[in-house]
Amino acid sequence: MFRRVFLTAILAGLLSGAVLSVVQEFTTTPLILFAEQFEDQVSIAKDGVQLAHGQVPVHPHDETGRAAWAPEDGIERMSFTALTNIIFGVGFALLLVGLFALHGGPKSGREGTVWGVVGFTVFALAPALGLPAELPGSTAAALEARQVWWFFAAGGAGVGVALMVFARNWWMPVVGIVALALPHLVGAPHPEAYVSGPLPAELAGQFAASSLVVQAIFWAVMGWTAGKVWSRMDDATETA
Amino acid sequence: MMKRTTVRAQAIKLEHAGAAVATRALPAALAAILLGAFMVIGVGFAHSNVVHNAAHDGRHALNFPCH
Repeated sequence: MFRRVFLTAILAGLLSGAVLSVVQEFTTTPLILFAEQFEDQVSIAKDGVQLAHGQVPVHPHDETGRAAWAPEDGIERMSFTALTNIIFGVGFALLLVGLFALHGGPKSGREGTVWGVVGFTVFALAPALGLPAELPGSTAAALEARQVWWFFAAGGAGVGVALMVFARNWWMPVVGIVALALPHLVGAPHPEAYVSGPLPAELAGQFAASSLVVQAIFWAVMGWTAGKVWSRMDDATETA
Repeated sequence: MMKRTTVRAQAIKLEHAGAAVATRALPAALAAILLGAFMVIGVGFAHSNVVHNAAHDGRHALNFPCH
């Protein structure tokens, strides 16, 4: 079972991370690079308001005041993006395949794609409703508050969808809907005031949409690959 | 009477088999979920500047809250 779970997750993570890296280079990354040109012009921060990447533009400094390491623009930056994308891919795929193992899992690549769509709903759509993807330089609430809310939104959606899909009685879907909606009723942390920086709003809108498209491709590839590999690796062929 | 007992015995046997599969899957499933969560949180949420800078473009594209 270990071999089946980990091999499936590694293959699905490698492929989805690699596809993500290619798609990104043509969609979100050019927007990030463009936005970083504006970021240098921005240095406004108020109480309860901070700009994504705020006063420390492209290369944040550590406690000693030295510039922290950052990959050089170009091949080095692309390589680190691809490497971290693959870690994201394998990480998310392990979560997905772990659930395959508990449930029994998909019987084909197509069924796997449905699981991928659920992953997209939980980790992309649900958090994006409260906190749409941000470009460097956009106005945002404190980082920790946004991270906590992201967890809350993804967790609530995960529990909610599971309760609705695997409901065994009438109240489970009801509790599921509550779990799904609660983070949004509480509301995502937003800055007390929006400080319009030099970053064009059109660009921010385009980035939020691009991010969702990129994530849809990422999850579809991951779900299909995981379903394909999982269904091919029958339990009977396993030794342990 | 005889037949009913056999059916029931088979049902019990099947139930045990199902439980055995779930039990057998549990360690692998938990290991995968814990490791997966560790990886996603490490790359997506760590405040370390080095991790942030390396994962920067991916974090933004996958909509992880960033600086």
